[in-house]
Amino acid sequence: MYGWIWRTLPGNLVTRGLTALVLAGLVAAVLWYVVFPWIEPRVSLDLTTVGR
Amino acid sequence: MAIPWGTILWQMLRRTRDPVRCGGVFGHYPDPMRAALRVLGDLSVTAGLVVLLFCAYLLWGTGSYTAGQQALLREELLAEGVPPGGEAGEGRGGPPGPIRLGGAVAMLTIPRLGDDYRYAVVEGVDQDRLRMGPGHYPGTAMPGKIGNFVLSGHRTTYAAPFNRIDELRRGDLILVDAREARYTYRVTGKRVVDPAEIGVVAPVPGRPDREPTRALITLSTCHPEYSAAQRLIVSGELEERADRLGRSG
Repeated sequence: MYGWIWRTLPGNLVTRGLTALVLAGLVAAVLWYVVFPWIEPRVSLDLTTVGR
Repeated sequence: MAIPWGTILWQMLRRTRDPVRCGGVFGHYPDPMRAALRVLGDLSVTAGLVVLLFCAYLLWGTGSYTAGQQALLREELLAEGVPPGGEAGEGRGGPPGPIRLGGAVAMLTIPRLGDDYRYAVVEGVDQDRLRMGPGHYPGTAMPGKIGNFVLSGHRTTYAAPFNRIDELRRGDLILVDAREARYTYRVTGKRVVDPAEIGVVAPVPGRPDREPTRALITLSTCHPEYSAAQRLIVSGELEERADRLGRSG
């Protein structure tokens, strides 16, 4: 999978490396700002109140 | 012995560009079983990285939301005459009005946890309110009043306001700056209880049937850290009330 992505990226080593970094950054940003805030209330790992 | 990292890295990169091995997603390995395992391996590594990133988000990412909400709560308190530093001084005075759910209750200062340990307490302990900061259980006593002033706060996420309340010792100060006065509580004890033990929030803790005669404070958070198995409870009793200047009675 990653091997295929790497082989599919155009350009020389430097261009591919930078493109791969940007892609990884984009995925991380979508997770951090969209996916995680949506998931977090549904897993409730830090419960603090009593009696519920 | 020197490890030829440069050569190893170059060989790895060369392998991926080897025309004989090139193909589609599954083309790298002619055997479909190996190809499937390869994809499964990639997905597992990805899942691991995503979970790690999620943990980082819980610990550090959620705090920025709380910081923003705290700023709003502090502004609300400042408008009501409670300085953000929590220091005693001039204020609006007078009896506190009713506080709506999600509104600011008071500033909480705990010197033992650092000179800059200050949180605005929000009214309500549901999920949405506790993300804003420590929350006051609706229906329990208001600051300084006879009964039990009960607060709850996150231990590890959303700026983790109650992360270190396990460090509190008997006699430590808990300062609560409400609109009308600064209330000074002293820690009397702490213990770990079952999450179902609702008696700790009663006006007289553990004695739900009794009428309160003393002004108490109770802090609750999860325990152990990173778990929701138990609750850590810190108890205190009111020692002093200092009215704000400009109090109109």
